[in-house]
Amino acid sequence: MRALGILALSLISSVFAADYMPIAGGALRTALPTDGETVQVAAFKLRSRPVNNQDYLIFLKNTPQWQRGKITPLFASSGYLASWQSATDYSPNHAHAPVTQISWFAANAYCASEQAQLPTWYQWEFVATADAQRKDARNDPLWRAKILKWYAEPAAMPLAASTQQAANIYGVYDMHQLIWEWVEDFNGLFVTSDSRNQGDQKLLETCGAASLSLGDKENYAILMRIALLAALNGQDTVNTLGFRCAKPMQ
Amino acid sequence: MKLKSCYLNTKWAFKSLLVFSALTASSAWAETEAALPIETAVLLAPPNVPPAITRKTPAKVIVNLTVEEMVREITPGTKYMFWTFGGTVPGKMIRVREGDTVELNLMNLASSKLPHNIDLHAVSGPGGGASQTLIAPGNQAKFTFKALNPGLYVYHCATAPVAMHIANGMYGMILVEPKEGLTPVDKEYYVMQGDFYTPGVFGAGGMQPFDMQKSIDEKASYVLFNGASNSLTGKNALTAKVNDKIRIFFGDGGPNLLSSFHIIGAVFDKVYFEGGLKFQEQVQTTAVPPGGSAIVEFTTKVPGNLTLVDHALSRAFHKGAIGIMSVTGDERPEIYSKGIHSKLSTK
Repeated sequence: MRALGILALSLISSVFAADYMPIAGGALRTALPTDGETVQVAAFKLRSRPVNNQDYLIFLKNTPQWQRGKITPLFASSGYLASWQSATDYSPNHAHAPVTQISWFAANAYCASEQAQLPTWYQWEFVATADAQRKDARNDPLWRAKILKWYAEPAAMPLAASTQQAANIYGVYDMHQLIWEWVEDFNGLFVTSDSRNQGDQKLLETCGAASLSLGDKENYAILMRIALLAALNGQDTVNTLGFRCAKPMQ
Repeated sequence: MKLKSCYLNTKWAFKSLLVFSALTASSAWAETEAALPIETAVLLAPPNVPPAITRKTPAKVIVNLTVEEMVREITPGTKYMFWTFGGTVPGKMIRVREGDTVELNLMNLASSKLPHNIDLHAVSGPGGGASQTLIAPGNQAKFTFKALNPGLYVYHCATAPVAMHIANGMYGMILVEPKEGLTPVDKEYYVMQGDFYTPGVFGAGGMQPFDMQKSIDEKASYVLFNGASNSLTGKNALTAKVNDKIRIFFGDGGPNLLSSFHIIGAVFDKVYFEGGLKFQEQVQTTAVPPGGSAIVEFTTKVPGNLTLVDHALSRAFHKGAIGIMSVTGDERPEIYSKGIHSKLSTK
């Protein structure tokens, strides 16, 4: 019976196993010109959709030390999976909705379980410039207004299931309009918490990091992503903050 | 990876520096601090103003502000997602005394979507508190400052993109009363102007999102007092009696438009222009820049409605910048007579 259960579980997980979509990479005009206005993004693979509650439950069953109540407080604040019915029951959340209320440490550990890691900011931003038809849709005011609209809607819980909107040109779903996402180097972004500073930030400049001479000043949706990541610590959890994973191209 | 390790190193170095200097430099500060009486600021929703300060000595004033993101009517029949300090636009007014130490606790509810922070123009120091208070939903921040300069100051959110946070209503005012206090008046009110940007025109109906391009182009769909077209009209009108001495703490949250603040049917006896300590007398219209303020004082002379407007009048009559002060009391025909209409003589 138990063996049957495990078999069933592995079947389910293989049926729903996420695809990693190849991203050819290339030059990215970034909103965060830490290393120059244009950066080269090497080829990589990105999970086609955010990690969902069902994916995460399987991870928790395999690695109980990441379950709510067992996780060390250094790795997650008290909001970790707070909306779950219990440590191993994601209701009332939808199985196929992105898992949220996840700390950076937990997201990292999950990605490692898929032999992957969190995408870097540039990797995430590179894929987030695309819509269904174009690799870079950022100059389209209608597209910008569409993705900006999500930020002006209340943070309704529980979240909707993912993949309900069309995939972008890479076959990647839900880069916008569903959740915020962790990135691997979130604490290196350094927008500073006061977004208007233009200079005199010796501490920040030490790392060559961004003062607020942000590029792409008219892409408010991206600026808000950067502001949120700048406000976070690794153990923080937010109701609408989830993640996906990335892999090298091989 | 390079960035991150660099960041971590710097962060640790910075933290140990902080700890070290805290041990030496701030012990004297901590001693005087401990002697101050502690009080929690009374925060009232606009247009109400917290009571005047009667203390003659400094105190430590604790201010608790909660960021709330909420859908509300911007004009009857049209909704908008407001981001607020304390659930109102403008955010609740803070009133302290020159020389007070202010402990500001900013909370961002877990149910929020966005990160926020606060920059108070009354603060002397980089960012006005913004960098100390950037918080993700579900977090809170505390920072302390000394209210060195008396005056009426705007506070606002300074999180990227700043213009959007302000355009969604994230501003309010802090009054730092001079040590000698303000002269007593009969009524005090708190009014702030702000400009709002939506794809639909004024009163288009439904739920209207923020329109980034209109904001950048400074083409406001709404110019409002206290965050809604009807917040100072009808049953929400300001009230006064004949011969009341009135003081209005008026601010402009912006983000973009300067206010030409005028009250139809009154002359300001005094305008503490730009929110400072000097006043001009006998003023009809005073200019208040975004991120600025003015304290206006006048005395009601006769009964009837006074009308608050931005005297850039398309804003008053097409975009909502209108408010009413309803004055009751006895007629005074020697000051303001009834109009007498008659036909022109045909001879």
